[in-house]
Amino acid sequence: MGIAIKVENISKKYIIQHEKKSAHYETLSDSLIQGSKNIITRISHPFSHSKIEQQTQEEFWALKDINFEIEQGDRLGIIGRNGAGKSTLLKILSRITEPTSGKVHINGRIASLLEVGTGFHPELTGRENIFLNGAILGMSRAEVKTKFDEIVAFAEIEKFLDTPVKRYSSGMYVRLAFAVAAHLEPDILIVDEVLAVGDAQFQKKCLGKMEEVSKSRGRTVLFVSHQMGAIAQFCNKALLLDKGMIAQSGTVSHIINYYMNMSANNMSGFQAETTSRYKDIAIMKACSYDAEGCPAVNFVHNQEIVIEIICKINKWISGTEVRVAVRDSKRNVFTTDTELIMQNEAVSNELCAKVVIPAGVLRPEQYFFKLAIYLPNQLIFDLVDDALSITVVDGGSKYAASEGLDYGCVFVDCKWAINPSSNLIF
Amino acid sequence: MKNQENFQFTIEAGKSERHYWMDLWRYRELFYILAWRDIAVRYKQTIIGLLWAIIRPLLTMIIFVVVFGKIAKLPSEGIPYPIFVFAALLPWTFFANAFADASNSLISNSNLISKVYFPRLIIPAASVIVSAVDFMISFIILLALMAWYHYLPSWYLLTLPLFLLLGFFASLGAGLFVASLNVKYRDFRFIIPFIVQLGLYISPVGFSSTIVPEQYQLFYYLNPMVAVIDGFRWAISGGNTAFNTTELSLSISVITLFFLVGVIYFRKIEKTFVDVI
Repeated sequence: MGIAIKVENISKKYIIQHEKKSAHYETLSDSLIQGSKNIITRISHPFSHSKIEQQTQEEFWALKDINFEIEQGDRLGIIGRNGAGKSTLLKILSRITEPTSGKVHINGRIASLLEVGTGFHPELTGRENIFLNGAILGMSRAEVKTKFDEIVAFAEIEKFLDTPVKRYSSGMYVRLAFAVAAHLEPDILIVDEVLAVGDAQFQKKCLGKMEEVSKSRGRTVLFVSHQMGAIAQFCNKALLLDKGMIAQSGTVSHIINYYMNMSANNMSGFQAETTSRYKDIAIMKACSYDAEGCPAVNFVHNQEIVIEIICKINKWISGTEVRVAVRDSKRNVFTTDTELIMQNEAVSNELCAKVVIPAGVLRPEQYFFKLAIYLPNQLIFDLVDDALSITVVDGGSKYAASEGLDYGCVFVDCKWAINPSSNLIF
Repeated sequence: MKNQENFQFTIEAGKSERHYWMDLWRYRELFYILAWRDIAVRYKQTIIGLLWAIIRPLLTMIIFVVVFGKIAKLPSEGIPYPIFVFAALLPWTFFANAFADASNSLISNSNLISKVYFPRLIIPAASVIVSAVDFMISFIILLALMAWYHYLPSWYLLTLPLFLLLGFFASLGAGLFVASLNVKYRDFRFIIPFIVQLGLYISPVGFSSTIVPEQYQLFYYLNPMVAVIDGFRWAISGGNTAFNTTELSLSISVITLFFLVGVIYFRKIEKTFVDVI
């Protein structure tokens, strides 16, 4: 297999204009908005120098010295936080913007799928938009013609072929857009977050199509997504960008783990306020750990999650229980509790309660933990809502392709048995 | 341009020029389809779309005939005033629409520009084509008007495409220049209608260019649309109206200059469109 893309020392610089007074902006987009505001004020008040003097120009390197190679047939996942340079990289590869320095060698026809329905015109019918969109993506008219029926069947819009797309539902719109793009036959396909839109079933179909295209016909795919599950399932290699540079590259599972650990930065957990000390029994501290005992807030679905709760005992009351209630964004998922047992009252007035949530139970989602210490049916000593929060991501489960689909609250490893049936009904 | 690994294509900082003109040819189908899209959308959205192409020049013609022909009683060089005005309105409307559309085309297609690569020159060029279709429709009205006045065309009419071509390059050149400015400084879109309106009065649309005092004529010819309009009248009237080679050659020079400056400036700014738009 040859090399499809070879990137040599690519850098991309943006010039940002600041107003001096507010020294730094939170995001690049803020800075860009401010920059454009300044341009407008400069045009509308060309003679007011005071405003211009406040501006400073700042260079911002969206990408710095990027080097990598992609082999033909590779499915490369590109991950990184917002502003890490993912989109800039794709824009350079698809020639939308020029690099400030460096070279990219490309072997084959590139097509990019940057956002669903790019170039669709709402007034035109589905049929017309297929031709329009095809041309925009780089297909010739003859090519669209030969694939027309296939595209229509894939998008499942036969009935609405001659309806203007402005009357389409968003699902139909996305399906049509992807169908055109999926039938494009580039040697290198660039996909940026398209799958974020559309219904889950269709997403699955799209991923399947992309995989098929890549595997059977040796096409190269570059895939940018925030859905780790989709990346894990679909890609065979991954690249992690951080602040415009390549932080890591290699196998998908390695990169996803690395990324998870990198983004886990606020892991101090829950810390009680000083007033809690005067309660009879108080929750002083709580933290989440991974199986190795390192503090963590991001977990892959097949990792154990350990919750540790430190309680301070000012007045011991036997029969006290500690409870952890786990909820996701919508509802409580499950609750677990146990009795606090004072093993050696004399020595310790602090207890450490540790609970392990088994691997492969929580499905990818953000979770919040409610902690409570109470005497059943009598008294609540301490209760902390949302004391901890963790995020579980899909590291390639069977359900990864249906990310976003409601397939239940938890993963349950049920026992199945498949046997030839002995009960003949007729 | 093949190196040891046989790469088909290389993106290199600051070296896009080499591919550009080749790409322009390679992306010609996109050009056709974008032009077709603009036409389809224009005539689909409303029935007015088609009517508009007829009503607008017709109404303007009537007003000009009343104001310049009846009230001001300006000379029409021996041809019926409606035909005299309409023959000038045709190229002017074409120029004005093409220029305005081309100037705004980049902004209205910004979603395309920021997401897909193609030579950006395609967009303003395609938008000029829409005005050419409007022109064709108006031209039919002119023919009807000529039939009404029993005014027979002559073989001079065959030179008409030449003047249309001049108008095409004039509008595209000016359009490219303003379009690139428009991306950088959005306020330019407020200036465009003003330029168009002003142009209507300084070009010999409602009156004959012969009424301009002789000592100012050369200066007047610097407006490239003067020769285009005079040329149209000349072709339609069968050589009965004033038209000379001085204005033609001056107009060709000015339009060539416009066009070159437009293209060069557009190419220069084009690379930064995505970062600004």
